[in-house]
Amino acid sequence: MRKMKRLLAAGLATIMACSMLTGCGGGSSDKKASSDKDSSKGSVYYLNFKPEADEQWQELAKEYTDETGVPVTVVTAAANQYETTLKSEMGKSEAPTLFQVNGPVGLASWKDYCYDLTGSDILNELTSDKFELKNGDEIAGVGYCTETYGLIYNKALLKKAGYTQNDIKSFADLKKVAEDITKRKDELGFSAFTSAGMDGSSDWRFKTHLANLPIYYEYQKDGITDTKAIKGTYLDNYRNIWDLYINNGTCDAKQLSKKTGDDAVAEFTTEQAVFYQNGTWAYGDIADIGNDNLGMLPIYIGAPGEEKQGLCTGTENYWCVNKNASKEDIQATLDFINWCVTSEEGTKMMCSADGMGFVIPFKNNLKSENPLVNIANDYMEKGYTPVDWTFSTMPSEQWKNDLGSALTTYAADQTDANWKLVQNAFVDGWAKEAAAATK
Amino acid sequence: MEKSIKKYWPIFVLPTFAAFIIGFIVPFIEGIYLSFCKFTTIRDASFVGLSNYVEAFKDNTFTHAFGFTAVFAVVTLVLINVLAFAIALALTQKIKGTNIFRTIFFMPNLIGGIVLGYIWQLIFDGIFEKFDLALKLSAKLGFWGLVILICWQQIGYMMIVYIAGLQAIPGSLNEAAMIDGANKWQRLIHVTIPNMMPSITICTFLTITNSFKLFDQNLSLTGGEPMHQTEMMALNIYDTFYGRVGYEGVGQAKAVIFFIIVVAIGMIQLYATKSKEVQQ
Repeated sequence: MRKMKRLLAAGLATIMACSMLTGCGGGSSDKKASSDKDSSKGSVYYLNFKPEADEQWQELAKEYTDETGVPVTVVTAAANQYETTLKSEMGKSEAPTLFQVNGPVGLASWKDYCYDLTGSDILNELTSDKFELKNGDEIAGVGYCTETYGLIYNKALLKKAGYTQNDIKSFADLKKVAEDITKRKDELGFSAFTSAGMDGSSDWRFKTHLANLPIYYEYQKDGITDTKAIKGTYLDNYRNIWDLYINNGTCDAKQLSKKTGDDAVAEFTTEQAVFYQNGTWAYGDIADIGNDNLGMLPIYIGAPGEEKQGLCTGTENYWCVNKNASKEDIQATLDFINWCVTSEEGTKMMCSADGMGFVIPFKNNLKSENPLVNIANDYMEKGYTPVDWTFSTMPSEQWKNDLGSALTTYAADQTDANWKLVQNAFVDGWAKEAAAATK
Repeated sequence: MEKSIKKYWPIFVLPTFAAFIIGFIVPFIEGIYLSFCKFTTIRDASFVGLSNYVEAFKDNTFTHAFGFTAVFAVVTLVLINVLAFAIALALTQKIKGTNIFRTIFFMPNLIGGIVLGYIWQLIFDGIFEKFDLALKLSAKLGFWGLVILICWQQIGYMMIVYIAGLQAIPGSLNEAAMIDGANKWQRLIHVTIPNMMPSITICTFLTITNSFKLFDQNLSLTGGEPMHQTEMMALNIYDTFYGRVGYEGVGQAKAVIFFIIVVAIGMIQLYATKSKEVQQ
């Protein structure tokens, strides 16, 4: 009897130990099997940044695997969780072979992981070398889609207010139109601007995208593309445009701290406001008001030379190849991204409206069906200078967040003292954050 | 049977012990090591000595977060325990529907912190709108908003612990006190509370550590606005870790400091209340 018990105990313990071990091992076993299938061809593991394009990437990956037999795994990080996910995924033994950074600042933390793309096929497909992300002499990343933002407006409403796009050629014009609409708000039944919400879902439109303009003009004036210490030359212009946004919006400026991105979209699509600052990516949200009804204006801030100012076009999506991956995997990854931007299936998926709807800076870019993209192209063809996306040089996330808080505080109580907070966050914060980042 | 347990206990302990080592001890030691390193992912850590700690102590948002958290912990400690105890007393009286009330008071505890934060944000802002105020614009409102949220969430849980404690007090003690002529108040102070000390130890420990470790509710209710003024320690660590390039190590150093503070406070509190417990 005692022996039985002993056996039973030992048996139970073994079962427990076994089930634990298999429990740990189970997760990765099927992934291994697929990559073992044909290791000579290598495999691709793409950590995708854009949740809205997840389905399309999965489909594209499958098509590529069917065609070439190279396994492609696409994992998409949740919105706003890319850096977090990337940090943990890169620490694993099966790390992503393809990932993305947002520009020079993002590159700073990942430069030790970036394979030098010099001489790879995909670079020959680029239409302009400004989409190469350089790390010293090396080419660490390649921009794979460009986007444009500006002041989207509702043509019908603007007409109802008695104006057309031709009446708005400068900041002074914009101010005049916006303040006139505000004055006749009750009679017209709509406001000039959608709410400039400072909730986390919307504040990037102002702390990052709107802040791009004073930075861009300062860089232009000083002939630089990056700096350790911003001077804030055009901060007064920043204040003017911010004042205009918050005092001519759909809601009281005191309520902006809790307005969300969805609020602004709702106000725009239900025709409560004429202007809505956002970019080509927002087309899906606002398509309801009709393609012919959508227009886009440059964001004028009253800087010198703004009569030639176009929309803000650039990218913060750079593909990087993981240098620590095996040689086969690196080659497979390079082949995959090249295929994405050259093959018929790849370009169709990346550019078409039922695909990802990107504009890709490669020779095989297809004409877009997104009216906002076409407006952006029009501006360029007519000789307006596109405003670069200088916000990829902003020193840190912390800088953006601090600027956002200051803007919110100022919006609720528009005193000079509160504007000083914005100034501090902008100028002193920049120096502080830049110094911290170079440590 | 007992003999064989004595003989074979290592086999039974082994799975849990292995899990504890893999899931807790190893990451913990690695975490401490990382706080002395500069790293992007945990594989490329390079040793930099104490510079992360220097940086962490220099950061005045961290010291502010510590002060804010400490005040918050004291306020919630008092409020939660007093209210939970009072409700527990009320719900152990012989009145109708106590079970329903217990369930209702306990329910907020079942909702996740992030969701709670957003729900209360809607409620607060809906009210503040009438007075031209907003939660994210004022540190004071943010503070009391957090206090209300945490009280609402945790009172029910502490109440259950207190109810269990109250029910464990032998009725004969109170009866004896009554015969000796003690009034209600005297019975509460001299009989009930001394006998409740084990529950009080647990509840104060839980509330104080919960308040120090608070993260989800802080993130979703105020997000640290305005300008880091309602940022508690855990959120400050998170922001440090992800807010700047190359600051992962500093965030890690802050996390180690944070750990030491929480452990120290927890120990002091346990020691202080434990010494007041009485043997029945």
